[in-house]
Amino acid sequence: MATTSAIRWRAPAWLALGAALALGAPATQAQQTPIKIGELNSYAQWAAFTVPYRNGWQMALDEINAKGGVLGRKIEIVSRDDGATTGSATRVADELVSREGVSLLFGSFLSNVGVAMADYANQKKIVYIAAEPLTDAVTMAQGNRYTFRVRPNNFMQVGMLVDQAKASGAKRWAIVAPNYEYGQSAASVFKRLIQERVPGAQIVTEQYPALGKIEAGATASAIEQAKPDGIFNVLFGPDLTQFVREGNTRGLFEDTTVLSLLTGEPEWLLPLKDEVPEGWTVTGYPWDEIKEPKHKAFIDAYRAKYNDTPRLGSLLGYMVMTMIRDSIERAGSTETDAIIKALEDAKFDTVIGPVTMRGIDNQSTMGAWVGKLVLKGAAGGMTGWTYKDGASFMPTEAEVKTVRKD
Amino acid sequence: MLALDPAFLAVQALSGLSSASSLFITACGLTIVFGVTRIVNFAHGSLYMIGAYTAATLVPRLLELSFGPVTFWAGILASAIIVGLIGVIIEVLLLRRIYGAPELFQLLATFGIVLVVQDLVVQVFGPQDILGPRAPGLRAPVEILGRRFPSYELVLIAAGPIVLGLVWLLLRKTRFGVLVRAATQDRDMVASLGVNQALLFTGTLFLGAFLAGLGGALQIPRVSANTGMDLSIIAEAFVVTVVGGMGSVPGAFLAALIIGQLQAFGILIFPKSTLVVVFLLMAVVLAIRPHGFFGRAEIVGGTHAVGIASRSPLPGRHFILLVVIAVLAAFPLVADAYLLKVATEILIFALFAFSLQLLIGVGGVVSFGHAAFFGLGAYGAALAVKWYGVSMEAALPLGLALAALGAGLVGAFVVRLSGIYLAMMTLAAAQILYAVAFQWVEVTGGDNGIVGVWPSSWASGPIPYYLLTAALTVVAVLLLKRIIDAPFGYSLRAARDSESRAEAIGLKVRQHRWLAFMIAGAAAGLAGGIYAFSRGSVDPSLLGISTSVDALTMLLLGGIQTMMGPLVGAAALHGLRDWIMPLTPLWRLLLGLSIIAMVLIFPRGLVGTVRDWWGART
Repeated sequence: MATTSAIRWRAPAWLALGAALALGAPATQAQQTPIKIGELNSYAQWAAFTVPYRNGWQMALDEINAKGGVLGRKIEIVSRDDGATTGSATRVADELVSREGVSLLFGSFLSNVGVAMADYANQKKIVYIAAEPLTDAVTMAQGNRYTFRVRPNNFMQVGMLVDQAKASGAKRWAIVAPNYEYGQSAASVFKRLIQERVPGAQIVTEQYPALGKIEAGATASAIEQAKPDGIFNVLFGPDLTQFVREGNTRGLFEDTTVLSLLTGEPEWLLPLKDEVPEGWTVTGYPWDEIKEPKHKAFIDAYRAKYNDTPRLGSLLGYMVMTMIRDSIERAGSTETDAIIKALEDAKFDTVIGPVTMRGIDNQSTMGAWVGKLVLKGAAGGMTGWTYKDGASFMPTEAEVKTVRKD
Repeated sequence: MLALDPAFLAVQALSGLSSASSLFITACGLTIVFGVTRIVNFAHGSLYMIGAYTAATLVPRLLELSFGPVTFWAGILASAIIVGLIGVIIEVLLLRRIYGAPELFQLLATFGIVLVVQDLVVQVFGPQDILGPRAPGLRAPVEILGRRFPSYELVLIAAGPIVLGLVWLLLRKTRFGVLVRAATQDRDMVASLGVNQALLFTGTLFLGAFLAGLGGALQIPRVSANTGMDLSIIAEAFVVTVVGGMGSVPGAFLAALIIGQLQAFGILIFPKSTLVVVFLLMAVVLAIRPHGFFGRAEIVGGTHAVGIASRSPLPGRHFILLVVIAVLAAFPLVADAYLLKVATEILIFALFAFSLQLLIGVGGVVSFGHAAFFGLGAYGAALAVKWYGVSMEAALPLGLALAALGAGLVGAFVVRLSGIYLAMMTLAAAQILYAVAFQWVEVTGGDNGIVGVWPSSWASGPIPYYLLTAALTVVAVLLLKRIIDAPFGYSLRAARDSESRAEAIGLKVRQHRWLAFMIAGAAAGLAGGIYAFSRGSVDPSLLGISTSVDALTMLLLGGIQTMMGPLVGAAALHGLRDWIMPLTPLWRLLLGLSIIAMVLIFPRGLVGTVRDWWGART
């Protein structure tokens, strides 16, 4: 009985595909059919980041296809919601690979999903480009030859922040991080780096609220109780907004050095409105002050196309799409092994300048902007920032070799 | 160190009081609605969420017109009234039609509303979380024993008792209140005395929804309105109403106070197990007092039980069985890899739904937390792989054993209860396990789940794994069917239809149900284990409410009164989901509407409807 229904299910699926097939060329003209690429991300659950990210890759895709695509074929992106859980993401990936027949996968937002996707890519031997997941595991302990990452990972971004912490003189540190892969990974890197690089530093309290379920008042007062002179924050999204509001009310951030991952990115900064905690040292994206002509041109084009200001996600989506195009062109085919060869140790000329995909851990040298938060009118922005190139913050090759299993 | 600082303790206790207040306002509405209508309204959390979204959107606009405390509070009140009116619409369109339906159908129908609202909220208010404005005049903190405390929280602390007082006045001093209390005592008697029931029920729903909306609207200065609010508050509100006793307003107040303090101080003692503590409280209270603090026993009777009827066996059933097995075995010859994947999942869900049929359809035990055992099976298998490095062949039985063990433990508590308390207890059990999987990061991986759970090499690849799943499912379903048709199954049916008569002829109802619970748990655990290996990973969502609802929907869609219903329901629901989900982002809206339509239009399900049609023709 189960099977009869499954067969019935097939007919409408073919009908749905019918439109695409009717418009597409017949199978004999294989070089005319578009190159299919699978994309999955948490569009429903983490819309603040992922929707601008989709705008970014869509814009790059339009530009690429307007110029005739790559290898004489257009690129077609099959995009799905990954459901923001590990099981759901690998299920969606499976659908993209075995039903849609995509050549490679990219996307996903949460770090735990990224780790599951890396495992999936390794099992099914398909290239997966982790665009956003930041946990070190994706390129270190759980890394494999099929998984690549574009953004600077936790080790790199925390390294940039810890360098800034030295000058502050803060020794008693509190950690607040969401209790899942990303938060756990960032917290453990911080604990290691602060003790290595700031003599006499100690961790006085660690708070790990569940992702999306922070009890902000209780968390803020528990940190206050430990009397830290420095706070390392990994919260983002709704958790961050609530934590900042409670912390501001209770004066938690007064006379305290705060290091915060990602808080300078517009996607997390804008919801704070005028309650931006001024003076936090953050990684982020000060798009409004960027002057490099190539980058400025991207920002202007984005604003003209979407009538909205860019987020970091927009930049990332755009960069990933163009890097995929370059790789396929250099590979000369969509075969997995050829694409892996084209990605490893490849140099890309991106809107933020040259970026290299380091072959030993498949981690790109894309960097991050580090600066301090400041209130600009009704919303927050960054001031006194510099762009830190990722290359000088990456884990050493020896370190990579001891951790990676492949 | 922490315990010695009085200022810290005072602030923590105040935090606890303010969350207790917020929780009470919402839960109070739920308990009043239940008292009168006897419906456990899953959509109460959705109303709370709508209240928060409405206020977070409305209040800033009003504040632009004229800034001041009056505008702020008027905006909060207006939002609550809007939600009250939405409650009226829900009553008139849906609830009114299901007052007489079995609990299972009521729960599912209101859960249908939850799904619909989740998608509608995103459509109406946008996908972004909305942080509301702070209350004018309450921005600055107050000093308490040298510590700063948000002054808005003090207002919240006062709001709970104020609402309690007003509700008390309303129930004691107005005619409407007298009728509500009368209906809570005896609904049929109120109806016989000529009271306009429609108006009374609509009024009650307005009051309940208003309180839910008020609870949500009051949160906007401290929490941003987000799409996860509905399920997180409804779980807590359920705990409050059940612990306090369903229908009892003072009970809800007391329960909210206890839970608020438990959370505030629980975070100090078990910083990572706040979710578990709340549900554990509920389990303990129900184990000691099966009807909560101030609840009354429900009128026990067989009237609400629905389940499979006894029928004479179909002629030629052995032949049909052989054909089905042959078709299943031959399927890989015609299907591609993806279709096999879908078929594998359908078989897994069929077994899962069929195991639930043993509980609900045969035993009359309405479990709302069957995901607990599916998830236990999956986690049992995955943990065995992760920690002991065992192979799939050993991991599957281990998962099954863990699920059976868990079912034995949960069942021991559950079989003492009945009706809605029973359903709530199973829900609580599933939520405790969910919380354990979610927060016991060292062992279960928390949100990360466990990855790398792949089948042994002989079974990997779509075709071998499909065949393995088909074989296991067929054997398990046939075994369950044998159990259902055995004297044991008939004893369960007897107890379902009339507990007192079954006991009178010497059947040990509790032991039978307990055994049924373990068998159903084991079968669900097997399904969960196979599922884990088909995906290569497990995560806490396998234990979540939506997994339980999936199984119930399959049961209902296929037809709860038929043996084969859940199998067909699994195929239909999963096939449909796989077809529609990539095409539309509004999948939850569609699913919710279909659940509501099924409850209202054809509660007999696919197989039941076809059989009736066939019966009428011959």
